[in-house]
Amino acid sequence: MTLALLLAAALAVVCVVAVALPFIREPDPESDELAELDDDERRRLELLEGRDRALAALKELEFEHRTGTVSDEDYRAQLGSLRRDAASALQALARESGEVRPADGRN
Amino acid sequence: MPELGRAALLVTLGLSVYALVAGAMAAHLGRRRLARSAQNALVASFATTAVAAAVLLGALLRNDFSFTYVARTTSEALPTAYTISAFWGGQEGSLLLWLLVLSGFGAAAVSLNRGWARDLIVWVVPVFAAVSTFFAFLLVAVASPFATQAAPADGAGMTPSLQNPYMLAHPPLLYLGYVGLTVPFAFAIGALLSRKLDERWLIATRRWTLFAWAALGIGQLLGSHWAYVEVGWGGYYAWDPVENAALMPWLAATAFLHSVMIQERRGMLKVWNVLLVILAFSLALFGTFLTRSGVVNSIHSFTQSAIGPWFLAFIAVVVAFSLGLVFWRVPQLRSPTKLESPISREAAFLYNNLLLLALCLAILWGVVYPLLSEAVRGEAIVLGRSYYDFFLRAFGLPLLLLMGIGPLIAWRRASLKSLATTFRWPTGVALLAGVVLLFLGAGSSVPGLVAYTFSAFVLATIVMEFARGTRARKALGATTWPGAFRSLISRNRRRYGGYVVHAAIVMLAIGVAGSSAFDSVAEAKLAKGESMTIGDYLLVYRSLDERASANATEIRATLDVRRGDRDLGTLQAGKNAYTIEQQVSNEVGIRSDRLTGEDLFVIAEQIDPDGSIYFRVFVKPLVNLIWLAGLVFLVGSLITLWPDRREQRRLVARASEVGIPATP
Repeated sequence: MTLALLLAAALAVVCVVAVALPFIREPDPESDELAELDDDERRRLELLEGRDRALAALKELEFEHRTGTVSDEDYRAQLGSLRRDAASALQALARESGEVRPADGRN
Repeated sequence: MPELGRAALLVTLGLSVYALVAGAMAAHLGRRRLARSAQNALVASFATTAVAAAVLLGALLRNDFSFTYVARTTSEALPTAYTISAFWGGQEGSLLLWLLVLSGFGAAAVSLNRGWARDLIVWVVPVFAAVSTFFAFLLVAVASPFATQAAPADGAGMTPSLQNPYMLAHPPLLYLGYVGLTVPFAFAIGALLSRKLDERWLIATRRWTLFAWAALGIGQLLGSHWAYVEVGWGGYYAWDPVENAALMPWLAATAFLHSVMIQERRGMLKVWNVLLVILAFSLALFGTFLTRSGVVNSIHSFTQSAIGPWFLAFIAVVVAFSLGLVFWRVPQLRSPTKLESPISREAAFLYNNLLLLALCLAILWGVVYPLLSEAVRGEAIVLGRSYYDFFLRAFGLPLLLLMGIGPLIAWRRASLKSLATTFRWPTGVALLAGVVLLFLGAGSSVPGLVAYTFSAFVLATIVMEFARGTRARKALGATTWPGAFRSLISRNRRRYGGYVVHAAIVMLAIGVAGSSAFDSVAEAKLAKGESMTIGDYLLVYRSLDERASANATEIRATLDVRRGDRDLGTLQAGKNAYTIEQQVSNEVGIRSDRLTGEDLFVIAEQIDPDGSIYFRVFVKPLVNLIWLAGLVFLVGSLITLWPDRREQRRLVARASEVGIPATP
């Protein structure tokens, strides 16, 4: 009984220390703000996802055309729009990075 | 040591409540140290739950009958392996296992993702903690495994049907599946709460969902085999409410695993996917409620208990909160992309989803109808096998066909000309198989014949996909054919692992159709020396013996088995009379034909004092394909679960482009 209670008390103390550890390690931090993605980073993440999705779709179309799942006719019909999607995704990313100005010249 | 167990659970409850409250405050106020502290509390709760589990396991292994739980579920004579399985054999122990797995999965999922998805994780922690708080509260206040008593001389023992090797793996696998579905749920709710609805919650949970789904699938197959060899009624799935309780979340998770591919590729179905995750988790909770509340009569429900109302209340809160949150976030979940054509792979996935959901809801209605009718009319009306069989055929057969159609259609849209080319071979193979089977007499069951024909279509599609894919990889630079095959799988594990899983489902369908639509049964009361026939089998009842094992008296009838002119040896069937448990179980005799997959299945239904026995005998064609399907399913699941280095590199590159760490 005594041993069990001692072990239980030790367990509770260890848990309290584990929970308090971030405050023990940094009692007076410069900043306690959560490092969240800002709006620009979130926008960039979405654009990167869009780029990867468009490029993966192009790659998959090529492969499925090669395997015969997509006919020549369907391949030609889809290739143009997928390339446009990929190009606009890349362009949007470049624009976000300030590398390329939009086609209409706006900033 | 029960005090240590109780204290450990109390600390777990405290840590869970802290992780819930501090985690929610940290997420809302944006406080870094508080968020980290809540994460530490969640991880620590796994350690404290493990201590509680170790105390219970120790008590079981010591046969410490001062623990009420140990005295109720084991006895001195119970073999050690089953003493260990008693951990999850009773209500309190199985709830402790739920909490142990939940806190372990929570700690692992949070630790693995708190680098690259740190802004999402802060919202995931309180969701995990909320679920953990519920289970810890149940174990502390309602169903403690550490209740004590004056130790009796011996325990009450274990229900005989649970004294089977399958009980060492079947329940833990189901629990891994049920609890594993908490991970996608926690991340989905965390994403909704935080408005971080980018792809990261899908990427973070993909393998967890696959793992949970695979564990549920394999757990159910093991359970079916347990029912087949142990329960002794001649079947493997009885549409028992608790069996259905495991099937429903599996169906919902299957729908999610398909529809999530549409979201990843096309950015569509975001609301639908979140709803499927909520449904799968809610059904996992409902499954635990059915198993453990004693609300339904089932071979799996061993006790009436007080946890039922708590579970119902928790499920109601989960469903109401989750649906309210989805409704609130619908504007952010709208997709700019639309379905381009009803003849496309995403459309096929959508049809697959609708059928899976329809089957799931039909089963759910079958499960809750007796409960509702009892509540309303005072009489439980049970929907029988014909109800479930009807919906299995109505939704299951088109689902089977869609498994073959989906891979043959291109994403976005496909022309009729293209379809004519890709469908040519599989359709030809299916028609040929149908005609041959009709000629061989399979027309005696139309659903069986349709299932076989559709199965041939799907198998032809799978073979064609692997063959054409390997050829394409060879053309793209692989030096050898095996190299091209390896490259094909390693470059798209989910797709080709998925095809292996499809092959397993086809084998399952063939096994189920063969053993249910084309089986035969014979019954006879035989005295020693008498014989009976079934199909072309001849069985002669030779002798009846009695022997004592560690915890039971075993009575076995020996039968000579012949097929035509061939002597197939002997088969034993009988009963076990368990001394301590005061129960009798059927011990069936099974002779499997490895070449044809057929089983001869003998039940000694009633043994009379004069030695005569009432036998019931089945011949079940192709039934062994069901168990073989389990192995193929496991292989397919492992392929899909295997880490994909290319994908990892892509994710690392993407994370570094945004400036977030790719590792914790």
